[in-house]
This record gives sequence, C-alpha cells and structure tokens, in this order.
Amino acid sequence: MKDTSKYRGRAATNSVWMALSVAATVLGLGMLCLILGSLLWNGLTSLSPRVFTEMTPPPGSAGGLLNAIMGSLMMTVLGVLVGAPLGIMAGTWLAEYSAGSRLASVVRFINDILLSAPSIVIGLFIYTVAVEPVGRFSGIAGGLALGVIVIPVVLRTTEDMLRLVPTALREASYALGMTRSLVIRKVIYSAARSGIVTGILLAVARISGETAPLLFTALNNQFFSWDMTRPMSNLPYVIFQFASSPYKDSQSLAWAGAIIITMTVLVLSITARSLSSSRTS
Amino acid sequence: MVDLAMQATHAETPAADSRLKALSRFKLSDAVFGALARLSAMTVLLILSGVILSLIIGSLPTLRAYGFSFLTSQSWNPPLEKFGAAPSIYGTLVTSAIAMLIAVPVGIGVAIFLTELCPPALRRPVGIAIELLAGIPSIIYGMWGFFVLNPFLQSVLGSGLSLFTAGLVLAIMVLPFISSITRDVFDTVPPMLKESAYGLGCTRWEVIKNVIIPFTRVGIIGGVMLALGRALGETMAVTFVVGNANRISANLLDPGTTISATIANQFGEAEPGLYTSSLMTLGLLLFLVTFVVLSCARLMLMRLERRAGA
Repeated sequence: MKDTSKYRGRAATNSVWMALSVAATVLGLGMLCLILGSLLWNGLTSLSPRVFTEMTPPPGSAGGLLNAIMGSLMMTVLGVLVGAPLGIMAGTWLAEYSAGSRLASVVRFINDILLSAPSIVIGLFIYTVAVEPVGRFSGIAGGLALGVIVIPVVLRTTEDMLRLVPTALREASYALGMTRSLVIRKVIYSAARSGIVTGILLAVARISGETAPLLFTALNNQFFSWDMTRPMSNLPYVIFQFASSPYKDSQSLAWAGAIIITMTVLVLSITARSLSSSRTS
Repeated sequence: MVDLAMQATHAETPAADSRLKALSRFKLSDAVFGALARLSAMTVLLILSGVILSLIIGSLPTLRAYGFSFLTSQSWNPPLEKFGAAPSIYGTLVTSAIAMLIAVPVGIGVAIFLTELCPPALRRPVGIAIELLAGIPSIIYGMWGFFVLNPFLQSVLGSGLSLFTAGLVLAIMVLPFISSITRDVFDTVPPMLKESAYGLGCTRWEVIKNVIIPFTRVGIIGGVMLALGRALGETMAVTFVVGNANRISANLLDPGTTISATIANQFGEAEPGLYTSSLMTLGLLLFLVTFVVLSCARLMLMRLERRAGA
C-alpha cells in the first residue's frame, strides 16, 4: 500500500509541475498575443493613405509620416552601407584567416558583447564622435549609430555561414591553383550567399526599430529633407514624441508608425528565416 | 629539367611574361583582401574601446566634481548643478529584478513545455512565434505599456506609471529571449540520458529536475544573465512607463526612473558642462554593469557549448 501512495504522490507532483509549465506557456503567449492584438487593432484603424503621403504635422493636427519614413529609410541604408561590408569582412577574417588565434577569440567575445550591449550607450558614443565635434545633430550621425549596431549582427551570421561551407569545396578550389582571396570571393561567398543575405536582413530588422541611439544623433526634423548633414526625421523618434502627446491625432499617428515598424520587422525576419531554412533543407 | 624548361619558355614567349604579371597581381589582391579582412575585424575592438574611452572622457568633469558621492547622492537638480545617480541606479536594479522574478520562471516553463510536453505539430509554430516576438522593437512594448497596461493597472492597483509597471513590461520583453535560449540549451541534453532516466521509471518532472536542469544549469544561468543584460540596458520600453520621477521609494507602485530612462529623457536638452557630463557618467555606469553581466553570460554559454561539442 505504501508503495502505491508514494507512486501517486510522485505522479501528482509531476502533474502539478507540468500544469504549471502549460500555464506559463499560455500566460507568456497570451501576453504576447495581447500586445500584437492591441497593436493591430490600434494600428490598422489609424493607417490611411495620408500616413504615407503627408508630412508630420504640428502637435494636435492631422497629417502623415512621409518625412519620418523617408528619414528612417535613408538612415537604415546608410547604416547597412557602413556596417554590412565591415561585418562581412570581419566575419570572413574570423572564419577563414584566424584559425586558432587568440586575437580571434577576443574579437568574437567582444562582438558577442556588442551584440547585446545597451543601444543607448552606442548613441552616446556616436554623439561624442560625430555630433559634438561638428556642433549639430545629423542624419549621418544617426546612420553611423545604426551602422555600429549592424556590424555585430552581420559579423556573427557571416562567420557562422562561412563555417558551414564544406572544407572539400575550399580544397578543390585551392587544387585548381586559386589564391586564398579568390577562393573566398568566388567560391565561398557564392556558396554562403543566402546565409550572408540572411544576416543583413536580420540586421535591418534589428535597426529599423532602434530608437535610443537616434535620440541624440539624428534628433528629429519636422520637414522632409535629403540633406543628411542636418537633423533628420525618423519613425522611432516620431513615435516616441507623438505617443506621449495628449492629442488624439498625434497618438493615432504614433500607432500607425508602430504598426509600420512592426510589420517591417516581421516581414524581414520571416524572409530571413525562410531564406536560411531553404538553404539547410 | 623542369626548371630549365620553364625558364626557357619564360625567356621566349611574352605570354609567360604576362602570366607572371597576372600571378603577382593575384598575390597583391590576395594581400590586400587579407589585410582588409583583418582591419575590419579590428574595428570591433576599436568600437569597444571607442565606446569606453568616449564615456570615460565625457564623465571626467563629473568624477572630478563629485567623486564617488555621485553614486550615492539622491539629488538631481540641473539649475543648481547638483547631480546624483542613486535614484537611477535604484530604479534600474528594481525594475530588472522585478522583470527577472517574473520572466525567469515563466520563460523556463515555456521552454519545458516546448521541449518535453508540446505535441510535435505545435513545436515549430510556437517556437517560431516566440523567436519572432523576440525581434519586435522595444519601443512597441513601451507604447503598449503606456496605452494599454498603464490605464489597466491604474484602475486595478491605483497607479499606472510606476517601477512595477516598468518591471512588468520588461518581463514580457525578455520572456522570449529566456524561453528561446533555455529551449536551445535543453535541446543539447543527449536523448540517451533522458531515456535512461525514463527507463528507470522517472516521471517527466523527475527527469527535468534530476537530469535536464543539472545538465544544463550553466547554460540556463548564462541565458538568464543575457536577458538580465538586456533588461538593465533597455531604454524605450522603460522610458514610457516608469514615470520618470527622480526619487527612491520603497513602494514599487510609485513612479521612479532608471539610468537609461534618465539619459533618454534629458540628454537632448542637457546644458553642456556638468549636466551633460553627469548623463555621460550614468552611461558609463550602465555600460560597465552590462559589460560585466554580459561577459559572465557569454563565458557560461561558451562553457556549455564546449562541453556539448566535446
């Protein structure tokens, strides 16, 4: 009799813990669904063609987000142009040139830390090197800050992807008499292309919602401008500003901006995911 | 013989001459490419030292003016140039602690569900959903907290913008990180170990408690510290809901501030001089703390990786 009661006790403990685990999942996923749900609800009701065709309005009046969207696009492009080549080359060095070197493990470690370092600190850094000396906020500074965030993401994925390329492919190319850089550029990059593109897409997804590093680099601009040497409007900043405004019009623009950013991020990460899974399967 | 023959052709045909030239061109491009790659890798180190240096230089005036009392002083009065970091530090620690207290058990629960309980058909979609959610920008979480959670808590607890709300939003934000890292870590447990335990008659919970968790302890702690690093440095999710009041209050339902929220709110309008420098010092503090936390996290995860690889 004693044995069965012990068994029952164990089974009961098991059920309790498993129920807790299911509850945790329901709670966690539920909260996240709640967030997405209210975002969709508030965002979709505030989306309208005007959002994409008009400039950001003064507080309290209606308008759109065109200048903010364009500013964000331009700074994202600059960030990728700065960060992606550096990240790819650095990842190449780690994967192809640095076998077993101590320096490489230091670089890898530091990169992993930069990957999750607080982005507001990156903003302070770029402020010190690109805003303070020049004397004004600028789109270039914003792009640079985003570029600094792109580098670790691209570096990490590039290294991982290059390591997936079979050694036999390298050996075969060397046997044909190709030099190291030719092997990397013509053979290894082609074999790992979709992986590298995945890394860049993930980096774009990461920076398209970054707000903190733009607060004191790009600042904001109520008007549209191509001039990247001046303060530049951007979606995250406008969301931050309008969400804390008391006016309904501004708040609904903030929701519209939020849903634009979230959709961009989701589309980018789903594309990246399907690119990398079609590669591995 | 071969050498002789090659020399002979080299002397005779211009084709061989241009071939030599092409070879030396390849050699040059090879060297340039290698050097560029090395240089790019060094920019990573350059960025880190640049961040640390610029923050240290930026905070020198504050350190000279206040020394260590900057860390303990509670006043934050720009017109009088009196600055102290204590309320910001307190808020950062408290909100992160609340976030971890909520997110760690829930996150590990989700991971247990995903690896041990989940029907195979659900495993992939739920896993993907969690990873996608980890990518949603923090400003979205902040906005949600401000417009949805804030009025709700206002009506239930009587206070909407508070340290507690900030901790709650942070918890929801780091939850996907903790779940996906813990799930990956759980997946490194060799099936043989689990099956042996089941074969001895263990229940699921006993397998988890006695086999999976001990085997992956280092990795779980690493994942939790990684999430802690995020929570400590998170800016936008917190700035929206923490209330931005520069004070220390034992009541978690009171508004407060965090290091990152103080910087985000005030840096743009700060006067040059001690004001700006104080905010830089806060940034330095934040960076040093997250650096230590993230380093520990990486070292632990690396230890697990090495063991899994061996």
